[in-house]
Amino acid sequence: MTEKLVVEDLYKIFGPKPERAMELLRQGYDKNEIFARTGNTVGVREASFSVQEGEVFVIMGLSGSGKSTMVRMLNRLIEPSYGHVYLDGQDITQMSQSELIAMRRQDMSMVFQSFALLPHKTVAENAAFGLDVSGHSAAEQREKALRALEAVGLAPNADSYPDELSGGMKQRVGLARALATDPTILLMDEAFSALDPLIRTEMQDELLRLQQEHSRTVVFISHDLDEAMRIGDRIAIMEGGSVVQIGTPEEIVSNPANEYVRSFFYGVDVSQVYSAGDIADRRRVTVIQRPGMDLRSALGRIQNYAGDIGVIIDRNRRFQGLVSAESLTRAIRQSPGGDYPDAFLEGVRTVAADTSISDVLGMAAESEYPLVVVDEEGRYSGTISQSTLLLTLDRTQQA
Amino acid sequence: MQEEGSEQQALGPLDQLRSWVNEQVLERITIGDWIESLVDWISANLEPLLVGIEATIRALVDVTEAALLYPLWITAVFVILGAWLKLGRKAGGIALVAAAAVFSLGFFSEAAKALLWFSPPWMLALLVVVAGLWRVGWRFALFAAVAVGLIFSMELWPETIRTLSLVVASSIAALIIGLPIGVAMSRSNRVEMVVRPILDLMQTMPPFVYLIPAAIFFGLGTVPGAIATLIFAMPPAVRLTNLGIRQVSQEHVEAGQAFGCTPRQLLFKIQLPLAAPSIMQGINQTIMLALSMVVIASMIGAGGLGATVLTGIQRLQVGLGFEGGLAVVFLAILLDRISQSFGQRRRGQGSGWGLLQWFFRGRQAGDKSAA
Repeated sequence: MTEKLVVEDLYKIFGPKPERAMELLRQGYDKNEIFARTGNTVGVREASFSVQEGEVFVIMGLSGSGKSTMVRMLNRLIEPSYGHVYLDGQDITQMSQSELIAMRRQDMSMVFQSFALLPHKTVAENAAFGLDVSGHSAAEQREKALRALEAVGLAPNADSYPDELSGGMKQRVGLARALATDPTILLMDEAFSALDPLIRTEMQDELLRLQQEHSRTVVFISHDLDEAMRIGDRIAIMEGGSVVQIGTPEEIVSNPANEYVRSFFYGVDVSQVYSAGDIADRRRVTVIQRPGMDLRSALGRIQNYAGDIGVIIDRNRRFQGLVSAESLTRAIRQSPGGDYPDAFLEGVRTVAADTSISDVLGMAAESEYPLVVVDEEGRYSGTISQSTLLLTLDRTQQA
Repeated sequence: MQEEGSEQQALGPLDQLRSWVNEQVLERITIGDWIESLVDWISANLEPLLVGIEATIRALVDVTEAALLYPLWITAVFVILGAWLKLGRKAGGIALVAAAAVFSLGFFSEAAKALLWFSPPWMLALLVVVAGLWRVGWRFALFAAVAVGLIFSMELWPETIRTLSLVVASSIAALIIGLPIGVAMSRSNRVEMVVRPILDLMQTMPPFVYLIPAAIFFGLGTVPGAIATLIFAMPPAVRLTNLGIRQVSQEHVEAGQAFGCTPRQLLFKIQLPLAAPSIMQGINQTIMLALSMVVIASMIGAGGLGATVLTGIQRLQVGLGFEGGLAVVFLAILLDRISQSFGQRRRGQGSGWGLLQWFFRGRQAGDKSAA
């Protein structure tokens, strides 16, 4: 994992004469006092974090916490007042206007809360917007736009106009527009917040699916805890312009940095809110079933990772069965050239990713082995052991 | 005694102040004289500029009038230009040869010559009705046919053409000047601060006032009429362009920037298309104001329907005045509805702006890749 985007001591102070406000900030005054004294608004203060290549990094906070300002400083739609943003080691804040434009055309694209589609252009033309701006030929624009639309499942609507689409479809166009230029970083500003809950979940799944096919670096802005937990590899929580905590969803839930962070989880009944897919543990060793991979190598992998149980999936990530070190050894002893099914544990139960945790509880209690969570197409998305469940429930009590 | 004295003393300085203000300030502000000396100075020193303006406006008015009188020529030019821009040089050449062939029919047949080279007045009337049918609908086309028929029966067609060409020419000039000003206003608050009071002045000044300097600078006739008209008609186009661009949502502008638009691309690909309905509204207003001003401009000899009305007033011929007025009303309705239809977005057709853009920018993307 390399660091794709590094934010270093970033400040944004709105209003004239930011120097004075900066001076007061150094002396430890807070946002409201500075506004009262100088009339300057502190948008973001002393933000530092790094985003790894290929991860979904969620910046979460309530409105006014500076998260939208934050994401706009990453591509300099808003000029940072102080600090640096490095993309692959290159300082974005020092770029000239033309370098900046080239960077926006090649490396970063953005998805907006209210879609920001052009009503006078067709879906395909909208999706091709970034390519049009950077001067690609009409044929190339069309081809790449169609490919991007295909990726989000909107190819049949290529020649419709945005006002003929529903909200969710419009945002798919927004997503296709961002993907068409094949950027390395995707900035998503409350991209799904304007959609109704059902469509929102659908779009989150869509994003996760796109990430599985081709993982990009995504910086996702959200005010929604569920959303952050579902899609975020790591979450940064912002309050009053500062980043108060950065960590994986588990870290943040189990060890909130302060009351503000804790308050996000307050009163949330995890067993009702979360589905099996949300708490599924993806860290178990997976072994892809393919010719040339025999029982012995699987055993090697499991022992390497100090695990006791491994998951066998096929090339499309479809779940095949669970094996343990013990069952593998037994199968090898019986027939050394045998196949995986010989070693599959019996009595393993699978649950759909959208089953709520309260429904999973009983099954987990009865089952000898971890429950295997699969999505609607039978693809493996994690396991739930009894201890995972207990930990999840325990966090609710803490919060 | 003491009280009286102090009262006198108090009055004394006040009177002094009043007479001083009168003498030193108020009597020295002689706006009328200043304007007159400014006008004198301009006509004495800026002769070449005035001649240049006059020639430009005259050319514009003449070309417009010719285009309206012989609509087939202009149609041919548009077809050739369109073929060249959309389909390439070869297609443009073919269209040119084809048009030349059609027009050369005039050398062989007198009837064809009359129709093509000097198209009869009903040709334009037909075009107006067809435009009404295409842009608005069949009911409006029916109305257009009746209106045009009545104008013919009142024998006011030449005057209507004259008025129409003045309106079109001065609207075009007003837009050429006004739209860039509107764009500049939308981009800078300082420019807006300077331009806004000037626009207020232009709009609230009684229109007759423009006739005086126009007549002094350019004499009597069509050109001063067109110039007074373009000044009077320009403000709405400027204002609504400014407003339209400023009302484009922040997220659309950000989207443009985020995908790497240069400021120029942002203007042409995001701001102007999204402001198009508002800009079209402004253009419509400009055309309507131009029409009302052209009638007034007949007082300095601009001719057209205004002259008919003026004659009616001078000779107290109610019938003639009413006929002229009615023709103006018909023209106004036709212009308004047809020009307004370009502001309404039609799916797949885009706005009028989009249509223009399609026409002139169609091959740009392809050209770039070839280069």
